[in-house]
Amino acid sequence: MWQLTRIELYKIFKKPRTYIAFAAIGLIILLIQLAMYADGETYLEFMLQNINAAFDIEGKKLNGFFVFYLILHTLLVHVPLLICLVAGDAVAGEAAMGTLRLLVAKPISRTRLLLSKFIASSIYTLLLLTFMAVLGLLGSVALFGVSDLMVQKSDMFILLDKSDVLWRYAAAYGFAALSMMTVASLAFLFSVFADNAIGPIIGAMSVVIVATILTTMDIPVFNALKPFLFTNHMLNWKGFFDRPVDVREVLKSALVLLAHIVLFVSLAIAFFRKKDVLS
Amino acid sequence: MSFIIDVNGLTKQFGELTAVDGLSFSVAKGHVYGFLGQNGAGKSTTIRMLLTLIRPTAGSISILGQELTHHRKAILQQVGAIIEKPDLYTYLTALENIGILSRLSGVRLSKADLLQHLERVGLGERAASKVKTFSQGMKQRLGIACALAHNPQLLILDEPTNGLDPQGIADVRNLILQLSREEGKTVFVSSHLLSEIEVVADSMLIIDRGKKVAEGKVAELLHPSETLVLLDTADNAATKTLLAQTQWQHFLQEAAEGILLQMHRDEVPALNRFLVENGVAVFSLRAKHSLEDYFLSLTTPNQHVAAYTD
Repeated sequence: MWQLTRIELYKIFKKPRTYIAFAAIGLIILLIQLAMYADGETYLEFMLQNINAAFDIEGKKLNGFFVFYLILHTLLVHVPLLICLVAGDAVAGEAAMGTLRLLVAKPISRTRLLLSKFIASSIYTLLLLTFMAVLGLLGSVALFGVSDLMVQKSDMFILLDKSDVLWRYAAAYGFAALSMMTVASLAFLFSVFADNAIGPIIGAMSVVIVATILTTMDIPVFNALKPFLFTNHMLNWKGFFDRPVDVREVLKSALVLLAHIVLFVSLAIAFFRKKDVLS
Repeated sequence: MSFIIDVNGLTKQFGELTAVDGLSFSVAKGHVYGFLGQNGAGKSTTIRMLLTLIRPTAGSISILGQELTHHRKAILQQVGAIIEKPDLYTYLTALENIGILSRLSGVRLSKADLLQHLERVGLGERAASKVKTFSQGMKQRLGIACALAHNPQLLILDEPTNGLDPQGIADVRNLILQLSREEGKTVFVSSHLLSEIEVVADSMLIIDRGKKVAEGKVAELLHPSETLVLLDTADNAATKTLLAQTQWQHFLQEAAEGILLQMHRDEVPALNRFLVENGVAVFSLRAKHSLEDYFLSLTTPNQHVAAYTD
């Protein structure tokens, strides 16, 4: 399996398209860091305008941890779209290129072939997140230094001691990885049904966008749907920045995401095993 | 005789369309076996079923003495193939393509071995070039090199001379003959051109609209002194069964207009006598064209029926 996965990774990293996501993430992170460096205090003033009259918050509010939180908050909504570029291309791209028939005619079971492709897509996803974490966290800490983290919630501000922050980022990284793999598995499922890469990329992106809108709209008829929408659970990485962390809630969301991954990949395998390769 | 491929009653339906209809044939070891039919006749569908890309609706396939669905992995390790077009990873080099595809076939070759395979098809100097810079002919040659890299016993080549210039076509023909004669490989090669099959194949199968039209040794099927006879009787199915016991059984097909037989022109009176003696009510018996004309008519759209019913 590892041999197959290595071949898949080799193919992924030989494609120019693969690096679009790295370039986009790198650019956004640098832009946010530059913007914060140039005008971060104004942003903070605006954010804190309601509580500045009542509280006097001391210390370096604009620090590396704060900027990285801001980066995660901004990027983890958009990274799924970039992940779809690779995961949606995994099978459909091969079908479009005509190489899927070469692969399926090889002495490899279709299940192993598909699993190796999914593992390779997941490794790509993890690398993208790691790139984001390293550039975002290290870059921000280098530019802005380290201090206590101030997190804005819907109805409160939470102050976290700087010594209490790193483990939260590590846990949030793990949770975000699960969220992104859910998106990857959805794009992957669509990829099995299509003979061109555009369809599954746009299809998966559309599902993520529609589900995200349903998640964010506070309308009673949609609220009943929310527990079943994976996008509703994807943003629960923020739960690690609560005090205390609601472990039960975060774990529940993680399990819902995991169940989605298993469901999407199982459906992809079940369909692919029976698919007539006509491309 | 040992058979490398043994197909029985192979059928594939796509909804209402029957792409392959009860096809049966056997390919002898070490032979070059031609698979002839016009575009859309069902050749590629059959080849895709041989390579497990498509699941048959009915019928069985044995390759190398083993049933394909139950021994897929072991069989495909011994098979090299080009399926329709030689589509490869265009963003990778020729060397990367052949390296990846041979590894997927279960073989890890050294760079020197891979280069040798590329040199065999005249691509040694382009090993480091990306495939997107290749012409159609070069891709076709690379496809053949990739199909051969893991040293398979059976080669399945779907229209391998498509897109090649005359020199390229000659090279592929020579390679096919060399693989069969010198290396003992079995080659199953499809084409829509009789002239392609005629020069390389020992035996051949002709299909039309998913059904077998003829199967046999090329030299016998294309015997120039033989004539195609169209016979129409009161009960064509029963007549066909009766003729299957005779010396005319080697080419005997039931067509929409009657029964087609191939025989020497001098034998036609004997056939007539045989039918009368056996009480067959004959409406018509016409000797018109050679079998070769019939095959050519198959590859020329709109002349299909006219060529042997005029």
